Amino acid sequence: MTFDLIASAIKAVLMILIGLNLSIFLLYFERKGSALIQNRIGSNRVTVTGIGKRLGMPNLGIINTLVADPLKLFTKEDFVPAGADKFLHTLAPFLALFPVMITFVVIPFGDSITIAGHRVGLEAANLDSGALYLLATIGLGVYGVVLAGWSSNNRWSLLGGIRATAQMISYELAMGLAIVSVIMTFGTLNLQEIVRGQGGSWFGIIPRWGLFTQPLAFIIFLVAGVAESKRVPFDLPESESELILGYFTEYSGGKQAVFMLTDLAEQALVAMLLTTFFLGGWQVPWLMPDGFHLPGGALLAVPALLVSILGVLAFMVKVVALCIFLGMVRWTLPRFRYDQLMRLGWKGLVPLGLLNVLVTAFVIVATGSVQ
Amino acid sequence: MIPLTYMMSLSAILFSIGVAGVIIRRNILVMFMSIELMLNAVNLAFISLGSRLGSMDGQVIVFFVMTVAAAEAAVGLGIILSIFRSRGTIHADEMTLMRW
Amino acid sequence: MPPFLYIFLGALAIVSALGVVIQRNPIHSLLSLIGTLLTVALLFIAEDAVVVGLLQIIVYAGAIMVLFLFVIWLLNLQTESRPTGHLFLKFIGWLGAAALATELFFILAPPHLQVQFAGAPAGYGSMESLAQKLFTDYLVAFEVTSFLLLAAIVGAVALARRLPAPAADAVSAAESVPAMEQMR
Repeated sequence: MTFDLIASAIKAVLMILIGLNLSIFLLYFERKGSALIQNRIGSNRVTVTGIGKRLGMPNLGIINTLVADPLKLFTKEDFVPAGADKFLHTLAPFLALFPVMITFVVIPFGDSITIAGHRVGLEAANLDSGALYLLATIGLGVYGVVLAGWSSNNRWSLLGGIRATAQMISYELAMGLAIVSVIMTFGTLNLQEIVRGQGGSWFGIIPRWGLFTQPLAFIIFLVAGVAESKRVPFDLPESESELILGYFTEYSGGKQAVFMLTDLAEQALVAMLLTTFFLGGWQVPWLMPDGFHLPGGALLAVPALLVSILGVLAFMVKVVALCIFLGMVRWTLPRFRYDQLMRLGWKGLVPLGLLNVLVTAFVIVATGSVQ
Repeated sequence: MIPLTYMMSLSAILFSIGVAGVIIRRNILVMFMSIELMLNAVNLAFISLGSRLGSMDGQVIVFFVMTVAAAEAAVGLGIILSIFRSRGTIHADEMTLMRW
Repeated sequence: MPPFLYIFLGALAIVSALGVVIQRNPIHSLLSLIGTLLTVALLFIAEDAVVVGLLQIIVYAGAIMVLFLFVIWLLNLQTESRPTGHLFLKFIGWLGAAALATELFFILAPPHLQVQFAGAPAGYGSMESLAQKLFTDYLVAFEVTSFLLLAAIVGAVALARRLPAPAADAVSAAESVPAMEQMR
């Protein structure tokens, strides 16, 4: 009992730290990776007494983006506009960050391992209705943005808030439908079980990932996930050319930093969810508990501990790769127009999602794989 | 195990606060919110008694109540919106057209 | 769930429910209501109704309350500045509510309400048990509810839609302007 409690607490902290670290990696990618994509140099000014330069190393901008910028943001004046609702204005950034942080805890990052005779599942909370929990917390993510827009007493902010609400509600639906078809395929709401269901392979070659069983759901989830995290090409709520910065126009200092962190954490979360539902989570292709089953039929035996470590590593690699992919999308595509966004959501993704659910149901009944 | 008295009194108090909201407030939207509060109080009673009786019927009924509440909110908010368009206010005291 | 936690959550629910009624700004009322809904959802989960509790968050806090928020924005509601109603009537209202609470308490308190305690069967409150009940005993009600939702969608669209202006195209609009002037 006590052991389980301590293990759960450690895992929860670990998962949230993973999420935050990924966000910080994305912050670096946001500055320096974007420069690489757009053929710029990017931030390269801040050094510590110029040691690196004297040794002839290129300035990678790490101190710039990860130390100097956050330090600057957190030491700036915390400004509340006149006539704003002060309480809600302060509450909003944390209300935006909180649901993202608590969503991290249900994501399985590895198979269960055995420590000192106790079986420990590598996920902070093994909920039987994990997918429902996910939808609930994602649904709560709207409020931070909405309240930020409303409490700033600024028209741009309010418009940004309204746009964000409509966008998030619309795409949540498509996201939910994609999740429903995945749930139907694997017959469980438990995320760890969904990942387990993606083990093994067809003909010894193609891994049984959700990507191959539910390709349409993958595309819907990808698009809806990017829209849900309000990134380019769906960053209408904060489009700087029309709305200055949308709902966080009136935010400065630490609260602004919290909003930026929320954006990045949401991106990390979308990458983790995509990995969990569609890329096999911690499953390594062809790796079974006893070792690699190579396509030719050969077996490469691997010790159990190494299998667990490889699983966690595979999860990390997939998530980081997806994060970089999402970042590349963000720095490549132009922004949608608002009516295009709504049309894509309601006339494109939602009908496609419904169709996908219908087809999935037919296939499940036709193949008789229903319990 | 939580005593049943606690649950029932919580449900009763929440329901009464909802009733008070409908009686006291004159803003139709807030009155509507108070109705949602009353629905929730009843849901709480259903869930508590259902778990005591070990039957799923309470939960199923709560499921239906939530669905109906969603339908009710959609139509009710539509009505409030059209009232506001035609009368320019949603203050209940000013809707005296039907009063004899 | 230990009783002190239940009392804490219950107190939280009551305080935020009072907030719904007392706050003057509709958005603050709405936020209080969301607080109540979330605490009630937690109480559901504590009572083994995990699925229903999560559905409560998804449906109520995630969808219905956002709808309310949208309407508050569309109506551009500000804080109520003028006093609403007579103070005496308000007092009577609170008194009536208190009387109702007392009465409900006496009706629902265990000496009067006889409940046969039964142990929860295995898998109580899980998705499977809910769906089992929903698609066997309550199938007709379920289908009727789906039609109700459809009707609600149609009704809401019909209510909230602005009627198209009598003169839709530019030419007739130009013609209709003098006509309007004449009517004045």
